[in-house]
Amino acid sequence: MDYFIELFLGGLTRGSIYALIALGYTMVYGIIQLINFAHGEIYMIGAFVALIVAGVCTIYGFTGVSVLIIAAVAAVIYASAYGYTLEKIAYRPLRGAPRLSPLISAIGMSIFLQNYVLLAQTPDFLPFPSLIPDFEFMEPVAHIIGSPELVILITTFVTMILLTLLIKKTKVGKAMRATQQDMNMARLVGVNVDRVISLTFVIGSALAAIGGVLVASYIGQVNFYIGFLAGVKAFTAAVLGGIGSIPGAVLGGLVLGWTESFAAGYISSDYEDVFAFGLLVLILILRPAGLLGKSRKQKV
Amino acid sequence: MLKIKNIQTFYGNIQALKDVTIDIHEGEIVTLIGANGAGKSTTLMSICGITPPRAGEILLDGDPIQNLSPEKIVQRGIVQVPEGRRIFPDMTVVENLEMGAFLRNNKPQVQQDLNYVMTLFPILEKRRNQLGGTLSGGEQQMLAISRALMARPRVLLLDEPSLGLAPLIIKQIFEIIKQINKESNTTIFLVEQNANQALKLADRGYVMENGRITLVDSADSLLANDDVRKAYLGI
Repeated sequence: MDYFIELFLGGLTRGSIYALIALGYTMVYGIIQLINFAHGEIYMIGAFVALIVAGVCTIYGFTGVSVLIIAAVAAVIYASAYGYTLEKIAYRPLRGAPRLSPLISAIGMSIFLQNYVLLAQTPDFLPFPSLIPDFEFMEPVAHIIGSPELVILITTFVTMILLTLLIKKTKVGKAMRATQQDMNMARLVGVNVDRVISLTFVIGSALAAIGGVLVASYIGQVNFYIGFLAGVKAFTAAVLGGIGSIPGAVLGGLVLGWTESFAAGYISSDYEDVFAFGLLVLILILRPAGLLGKSRKQKV
Repeated sequence: MLKIKNIQTFYGNIQALKDVTIDIHEGEIVTLIGANGAGKSTTLMSICGITPPRAGEILLDGDPIQNLSPEKIVQRGIVQVPEGRRIFPDMTVVENLEMGAFLRNNKPQVQQDLNYVMTLFPILEKRRNQLGGTLSGGEQQMLAISRALMARPRVLLLDEPSLGLAPLIIKQIFEIIKQINKESNTTIFLVEQNANQALKLADRGYVMENGRITLVDSADSLLANDDVRKAYLGI
């Protein structure tokens, strides 16, 4: 039973990270129907910024959780700026162009950002300090769940609640929903749609950066390519849950995390990806729009 | 108050509006009638800045507004109820109404207006927490008009409010349009295919064909005009 719980919590941790990154894909897709292939790179840049800032903090004598918090805040700010700029230079000029053009622009930005980090840093894996300390109170349950997992779970959980409140309750959240449901109508009631789109990129990037910091600290290494792998998984989660749907991204992330965790635990870790993508294929056959996705009726 | 002067609007290379000139005075109800594809909706979208004209001028109280962004135009008091109602389907009735007041910050006043539109259309009160997409066509039209009123428009642009509705509901909606015009002196620019009803309601009318204005007159004279009767009234 302990083994099952361990796998369950491991899958939950993994899944919540997928969900965090998947939210960025799904929110952007919901508003401008673009798959932002450079989203994974934002996650990777977040991790690198945290690495650099954590190093600087350590030199100046900061210790413990304060380093994690400073590094995470810096990563969020930096990644948000990247997301904002990305939209401005790579996607906004192509608004109104055929849908393939921004998609290609997204792939281009992804390759560009990877190579930029490759040149600015190194192709090798860099060690990432484990910024999450081992809490004493976690010792009795350490064989089931470790401190890093706990921090990841709490952080993602709190972040998602804040995001939900933002979208449901605030004025900008309503503007985002209105823009997603009918962009021109949102314009007609006075929503500055450009600003809403920028904000969506900023929020998505901030979430990706949080994910990047947590994962890098958990796994203990980073390089320029981690964003691609995380991006593919998170994108899968978004599609699994129904791209464009925010609860769908969370559900898709968790389902994917559990599938991988149980497949690795009970069968073989060599096959975890097979099960993950097998599940994706199965769900898309049964529900082409994803678990919570709506097949949009096109009005002509 | 709202002057449209010789505007030319294009979709890509296709010219949808050719030299359109329309003059709307404060407190008037003006209607624009014409067949499908004549350019009526494009006229409204040009006024609202969604498809800005390539040439010509749109003046509000003498100020050019043709280059302003849609949200600036809403802020100036020009608010549209678009064709097909365009209710936000996954928002509740109340949220839709709040979106109408998006640019207003005076909360007590917005609340007051919310109560006002609910007395105007009591059915909205009953449906207040229902999602917009689940309303019937007539209810959606009432919600769309109410949403526009939440912005406290000076000029209300209505695009085919009678489209697809039962005669009884059309009558009710036209009554309310008249009431809005009288009670708060809101200027109304009504685009309609239902020429008979529209001309009965309006003070003046414009007839549009293939992107051009072909006739301008008082509503009564247009109703009596032989060409109009043949082409649009089916008499």
